[in-house]
Amino acid sequence: MTAPRKPQPPNARRQWLRRSLALAPAAGMAAHARSPADERPAWMRAPGAPFSGYGQPSPHEAALIRRIGANRQAPGNGVSWTPLEELDGTITPSGLHFERHHNGVPAIDPAAHRLVIDGSVERPLQFSLADLRRYPMQSRTVFIECGGNSNAGWHAQPIQRPVGSFHGMVSCSEWTGVPLSLLLAEAGPKSGAAWAVAEGADAFAMNTSLPLAKLMSDTIVALYQNGEPIRPEHGYPMRLVVPGWEGVLNVKWLRRLELSDQPAMARNETAKYTELQPSGRSRQFTFVMEVKSLITSPSHGLRVAGPGVVQLSGLAWSGRGRIAKVEVSADGGRHWVPAALQEPVLPQCLTRFRASWRWDGRPAVLKSRATDETGAVQPERDVLVKARGRNGYFHYHAIVAWDVDEDGAVRHVYA
Amino acid sequence: MKTAPFGMCMRSTPGRLGLWLAVAAIAGCALAPGAQTAVDKAVDTAIDQRPVAPKLGQPLSPAVSAGLIANVFPDGRGLPAGRGTAAEGAPLFKAHCAACHGEGGRGATAEELAGGSEPLTSASPDKTIGLYWPYATTLFDLIRRGMPMQAPGSLSDDEVYAITAYLLQANGLIGERDVIDRDVLPRVRMPNREGFVGVDAALPAAPAASR
Repeated sequence: MTAPRKPQPPNARRQWLRRSLALAPAAGMAAHARSPADERPAWMRAPGAPFSGYGQPSPHEAALIRRIGANRQAPGNGVSWTPLEELDGTITPSGLHFERHHNGVPAIDPAAHRLVIDGSVERPLQFSLADLRRYPMQSRTVFIECGGNSNAGWHAQPIQRPVGSFHGMVSCSEWTGVPLSLLLAEAGPKSGAAWAVAEGADAFAMNTSLPLAKLMSDTIVALYQNGEPIRPEHGYPMRLVVPGWEGVLNVKWLRRLELSDQPAMARNETAKYTELQPSGRSRQFTFVMEVKSLITSPSHGLRVAGPGVVQLSGLAWSGRGRIAKVEVSADGGRHWVPAALQEPVLPQCLTRFRASWRWDGRPAVLKSRATDETGAVQPERDVLVKARGRNGYFHYHAIVAWDVDEDGAVRHVYA
Repeated sequence: MKTAPFGMCMRSTPGRLGLWLAVAAIAGCALAPGAQTAVDKAVDTAIDQRPVAPKLGQPLSPAVSAGLIANVFPDGRGLPAGRGTAAEGAPLFKAHCAACHGEGGRGATAEELAGGSEPLTSASPDKTIGLYWPYATTLFDLIRRGMPMQAPGSLSDDEVYAITAYLLQANGLIGERDVIDRDVLPRVRMPNREGFVGVDAALPAAPAASR
């Protein structure tokens, strides 16, 4: 960048321009017509890039990426987190939506893919993608959150990581697809059918059981994410979207639903995605993601510029319905003030909240606390840990605290 | 097409506009039944605002049926013929599983499956198969559908039974020569069988093994 030039009075510029024109040879007139005093930026002095078939983020945002944590022996088994602290609004770009894969992203040929509905049904059926695209569709903008999101919250010491690398296994998209109730009705569940075992077409052939009642109510076989065919890592060509329920149930690459009178007791509903309690017994079939919120700006690792007005912004969500209220505190929870909720506030959807904080420059502890439309309130960490112990791993949804020191440095604390 | 984009739009507009007007008229009467006219009523019989499924589902083809992986249920439904013992499974586990799950299933880059001793009520419990898993049938289901990670689906049913037997034996639940098959596996008594509480759905009340 060149140093900014001193502004000149308009008439001085005009005189300079006139002298330049007088000296210019006729053939070079066009080339020299632009005044050297014209201070427009470089990208306004030449034609821009031509059209592109599929738009990409600015090269200046190349560092805005998912953060990956995988098994080095099996790189397709792991997660990638959404960088929540670098995003605003409520929709997660599809390329930044969190991932949890058990054995990689399958390269599915959409023409060869079939969805099978069988088991305890009158008519076992198969559907092609072309078939499903002829069905009535429905769109829902909903969050999907991994049951293991925020699991570092159970640690004895507060993890020192950016908020997205700790809570970033929640993302939000508009999903469009076929109401599953239409397909189930076509197959005709038998009277004893109460569950369905869903299976993905990945190398893990991941299976998990879901109650038939939820599948008949608001579950979608999604074909589109944010308006385009679902990306491969999110389930192309089709996935279950089970609004408000834990991520693992939203089976990607959906290829089969076997109806049955009972759950399969598969690995991901027994050995995993169950929560060991202090009593030694475990919570199982904890489907609903509980009410939760966190401040994303400012958050751990960021710095508040200085005393004065600081804009607080964050996300709240509940698997039980709409967010009714988010309160924020700058004194560790002694006083709470309602934040403004960005409209529209949708059920089972990320809700953006905002508030302005007049910071006096003294150390402070920021918190947010969400309440949903059923009256459920996000608990303080000590309350949650007292009830559940620290070995549950899944379904951590306690209030998150950020400490702001005199220099404006923000770090994660238990407070 | 080489024509300028604007030219294309101009030429196609009259036809599309007409179509849209027709659709809008039909949709309008479907959304606001009170405003129907005699002409609209005739059209209305073919248009339904409510979703109507075209019912395109087909009976399962032989190829699709053949590609299904049976879900194994706690009562043994879905288990195939075949058999295996821990003695047969030990070398298979070493060859296919130990790289991630460690020698004897004690854990490495993947979770521990056996060998733990810390009870579930301790500060850092071992959630091994013997201490945590409620159903032995889950093991067969998981190994057959997803293991080993580098070549899922490559093991025979006998090999899956043998590795299942090996892991049950490594957890002290069966003997080295005990045969595991579709009749025995659902009846293996798992120590933590009663250790779960249903939260958003009730757990099945009936005993698992009815065969």
